[in-house]
Amino acid sequence: MAGYGSYLLKRLGQFLLVVVVGISLTFLVTHLTPIDPVEQTIAVAAAFGSTSPEAIDMLRRSLKELYGTEGSLLEQYLRFWARVAVGDFGPSLSAFPTPVSELIGRALPWTVGLLVPATLISWLLGNLLGGLAGYWRESRSLRFAGVVAMGLHPIPYYIVAFVLLVLFGYVWPVLPLSGGHRMNLEPGFTLAFLSSVLEHSILPALSLILVGVGGWFMGMRALVSNVVNEDYVVYAELAGVDERRILTAYVMRNAIVPQVTGLAMSLGAIFNGAIITEQVFGYPGIGKLLIDGVHAGDYSLVLGVATVSIVAVATAVLIIDLLYPLLDPRVKVG
Amino acid sequence: MLAVVRDLFRHHLEFATGAILVGIVVAMALLSLVSPYPPEVAWVVPPDLPPLAAYPMGTTSRGQDTFWQLTFAIRNTLLFGLAVALLSRLIALLVGLLAGYLGGPVDRALMSINDTFVVVPLFPILVLFYFVMRDSMSWAALALVMACLGWAYDARLIRSIAMSLRSREFTETAIFSGMTTREIVTREHLPYVLPIVFSTTLNNMNWSIGLEVTLSVLGFTSISTPTIGVMIYWANQHTALVAGIWWWIAFPVALVVMLFIGLFLLAVALNEFIDPRSRLTRMGGGAA
Repeated sequence: MAGYGSYLLKRLGQFLLVVVVGISLTFLVTHLTPIDPVEQTIAVAAAFGSTSPEAIDMLRRSLKELYGTEGSLLEQYLRFWARVAVGDFGPSLSAFPTPVSELIGRALPWTVGLLVPATLISWLLGNLLGGLAGYWRESRSLRFAGVVAMGLHPIPYYIVAFVLLVLFGYVWPVLPLSGGHRMNLEPGFTLAFLSSVLEHSILPALSLILVGVGGWFMGMRALVSNVVNEDYVVYAELAGVDERRILTAYVMRNAIVPQVTGLAMSLGAIFNGAIITEQVFGYPGIGKLLIDGVHAGDYSLVLGVATVSIVAVATAVLIIDLLYPLLDPRVKVG
Repeated sequence: MLAVVRDLFRHHLEFATGAILVGIVVAMALLSLVSPYPPEVAWVVPPDLPPLAAYPMGTTSRGQDTFWQLTFAIRNTLLFGLAVALLSRLIALLVGLLAGYLGGPVDRALMSINDTFVVVPLFPILVLFYFVMRDSMSWAALALVMACLGWAYDARLIRSIAMSLRSREFTETAIFSGMTTREIVTREHLPYVLPIVFSTTLNNMNWSIGLEVTLSVLGFTSISTPTIGVMIYWANQHTALVAGIWWWIAFPVALVVMLFIGLFLLAVALNEFIDPRSRLTRMGGGAA
């Protein structure tokens, strides 16, 4: 059990490091560039003709603390953290005076609801097919699947999403191209609303899955082809253990372990992909919020989304890390 | 060396396909040197012409010849990928070789930083960077920032090789003959990791070009330097697809997809070539 404890501590330390380094990066990016955005933003806000001086004042205060260039760099850094730690990014400029945290809170469930199922489906599908392809290397259809995976994997999310948009928008228009649900439906737990949400998520999810499957497929195929040659597998074959049992309990069970680590390591990249797919399909998640924020010149919103993204990805990685000992008993021994 | 390339070309389908694809893309980029038009000039040909003999890939709504515009775009995109890959190799080599050779606390510290860079979602940070820079954003600044962010994954690979080199006899000999850490790492270990560095260069180019295309398409780079992403950005700005100017989008997308698949296949082929185990499997037809 001592091994598990030190493992836990190490993973928690890594989680904190990711958060600190990631947020420090956002601080560096915003403070070491020569442009001072505070007065620029205030000018835009005032130009909107907002009537509430209190709200403008709140905006100015939060902007000053988040990006202000007063005091030493260390003071700026500490003030920045004080804001970020409580998730207070002040009011948003483009949806003035709604707080940024509220906008993010509204968008986050959409992103999580798209990202988690899409990631799990591509991971499971890729590993299953890859495992089969590594075990039955002579199978024609699995070899063909390998070629498809190889062709799709290196293409960036944007291009795949864009091609899907063209295919289903101009060539074969059967699926909704934009938005998170049908506009005339009241959000709620009704069958009509939920099925419309599902329908709208097919294309964004599909582009994430198409790109994602390939990597897991090729990784698993390579892992399985190595494990198949291990002595204990040959022994099991000679002892007449059922082939399906060998594949699942002997081969895949061992090959899956590095793939879990791989999942944790690639979450950041998958998240990048989700941002882009959301933008392509006008899906109301935090990716679209981020891009819209840039177009609207909404500094607080962009910084808020960047920060929340870092914390969210780090948390997801931590969850996978905490589940990892269930799959790899060696961790408990230390 | 030439014989190796020839053999790979003959017997390795992935290598041959990859080499041909990348070859076509590079040839296209080289053609930019003989382009009849400078890249930034618009309204030199009649706009919106479909692909014809006179304009093999048609013309854009901005009155540019799609073909020649594409040669500049792919050249800049390729150079961008190369610049990021080469710069980030320096960091990856430094971190990977030092962590692998020194081991212990240095290794642990460097690898925690390394893993952090692997996990942190870089896209929001790059968007933030553009947001702050706005009009002062340049091709070179983006390349530099991406090089500083995109080294981590490969540093880990290099470290794992350096770790196995550390316990080899020649390293001990080098230590006892009084070589310094710097000498051992650069003269003794560097040659061993170069093949894997080469294959990670190809993958890193894919990574950086993919991000560049994505950022440009959204308009988050300097949109006056033509790259593949910038070209698609302008096409989208002129709603090329709705207007039926499909050639403005289809050719850049097809060309850059060729580049992605080509680079990736070359990297896969190289990896297999480096790893003797997979070479044996290939020769033995898959039987163990």
